[in-house]
Amino acid sequence: MQHEHRFGFATRAIHAGTPPDPATGSRAAPIYQTAAYVFGSTEQAAELFALRSYGYIYSRISNPTVAAFEERMASLEGGLGAIAFSSGLAAQLCTILSLAQVGDHLVCAQNVYGGTVTQLSVTVKRMGIDTTFISAENPDAARAAIGAKTKLLFVETIGNPSGIVADLRAFAALAHEAGIPLVVDNTFATPYLCRPIELGADIVLHSATKFINGHGTAIGGVLIESGKFPWGNGRFPLLDTPSPGYHGKVFTETFGEYAFLMRARAEVSRDVGAAMSPMDAWLMLLGLETLELRMDRHVRNARAVVGFLRNRPEVAWVREPQMGSVFTFGLGGGREAGRRFIDALELWSHLANIGDAKSLVIHPASTTHSQLSDAELRLAGVEPESIRLSVGLEEIDDLLWDLDNGLRAVSS
Amino acid sequence: MILTRPSQIRDLLARVRTVAMVGASSNPLRPSYTVFSYLRTQTPYDVTPINPTLTEIDGIAAYPTLAAYAERRGGPDVVDVFRKPSEVVGVVNDAIAAGAKAIWFQYGVINDEAIALADRAGLDVVVDRCMKVENARFCGGLSTSGLNSGLITSRRPII
Repeated sequence: MQHEHRFGFATRAIHAGTPPDPATGSRAAPIYQTAAYVFGSTEQAAELFALRSYGYIYSRISNPTVAAFEERMASLEGGLGAIAFSSGLAAQLCTILSLAQVGDHLVCAQNVYGGTVTQLSVTVKRMGIDTTFISAENPDAARAAIGAKTKLLFVETIGNPSGIVADLRAFAALAHEAGIPLVVDNTFATPYLCRPIELGADIVLHSATKFINGHGTAIGGVLIESGKFPWGNGRFPLLDTPSPGYHGKVFTETFGEYAFLMRARAEVSRDVGAAMSPMDAWLMLLGLETLELRMDRHVRNARAVVGFLRNRPEVAWVREPQMGSVFTFGLGGGREAGRRFIDALELWSHLANIGDAKSLVIHPASTTHSQLSDAELRLAGVEPESIRLSVGLEEIDDLLWDLDNGLRAVSS
Repeated sequence: MILTRPSQIRDLLARVRTVAMVGASSNPLRPSYTVFSYLRTQTPYDVTPINPTLTEIDGIAAYPTLAAYAERRGGPDVVDVFRKPSEVVGVVNDAIAAGAKAIWFQYGVINDEAIALADRAGLDVVVDRCMKVENARFCGGLSTSGLNSGLITSRRPII
């Protein structure tokens, strides 16, 4: 619900979730560096623990600064609510554990972040939940992979690092046809460039470490849910049958459209314990205030870098981003040329991250995706010579000057 | 009038004092108990169960019918309805006869005939929403759980 006036994206990125602090009137969001909260009475404590009232108990479950970040993310993605975690992978694991249990099945695009492939094919598999990987470029393959025990379909808006943009409308339609939610990792796009819920997605995930934080100062993750998926459709016993974690409460019956968010927080996040810290949430809130400004410049700089690389004889190919500012390119000299290029750079930082104000470079096959086999690498859209750039916010002339130095080192 | 805009619902919640809850349950697992308990302990509302099978919930005396409530207490500001959609036309007739000013149909309690009947009788009507959730939206409760309250303001909240 909204006021009659609908506030725009930049306004919500600055204000949503942070009215003046009710205790002090502080206009900037305070950092509630606090673990636990005094109850008003034994009755109030009991109401809180039984999920019959709202308030703070313990910061593993919710914290005022973290809640402000969650509400802002929910507003920007157009969701019903959000839950923040200590990392993107924690957000992803808790999403899976909210919907699936031993014997269940997931369907996931194969061109996703290498850490996601490993989480699903090793750790989640050990929990008795199998995953079928499908091509992000072929929604029909996903339809064929969905079975009676499948609980969700997972894709990235923009594949890491392949750059493949998923047809979210098509994936949403076929997921809903099968009675399962579409879960979308929107890290590379951010809600400024793409809002998956508007295209039919049910749950949106982020590694908030990237563009949301924007400055490489904290690790974090967040899930946002639309509130539109019919969790009582009979396919999700974790949500629509009595919960042993809450004395037999049926979440769909008690919480209606809030069923998923309430269970994911009150049971799964509570029990997994991978909460975001208040200090990190504050850094995320600060980052979001400039998201729109930063993304415009990230994209502008990325376009200039693509144009520069295209005109260089040392460059064999450039996979121009259809959206965002992270992309790969390949050098004619293959893997050895890539090594010489990276080693010659002065300004671009060689590290495993994206979405920083600083420009970043990495060789995925030997780093972020090094756990994958050659076959998995090819399926993920990673060539052995691929170099991934995350174009930052520096002066474009300086970025191109440094890339020129790197390319000269390759050809010399 | 059927209230759909947030400001209309906020204004209704601000002027309500007495709530008669039709179908209130004493079973802690039922949604109606959750809402009853929330409204009783977390808001200034004077909330009363209407249920012929109960004498009280948490020490609050229950009335068997809206008519019995109205006889002792006068018309309630709002009748909050937890009943099957097929049974709520009768509830609307009882609410009109009891002099209720508003009727609130909880999640899933959707009956077009009952909605139209209440609207024609001049009651304020809220449909397929939860009194607990809407109260929490405007009092900051939703925000404590990372839920999107939709509120944007630079005015200091009133505690």
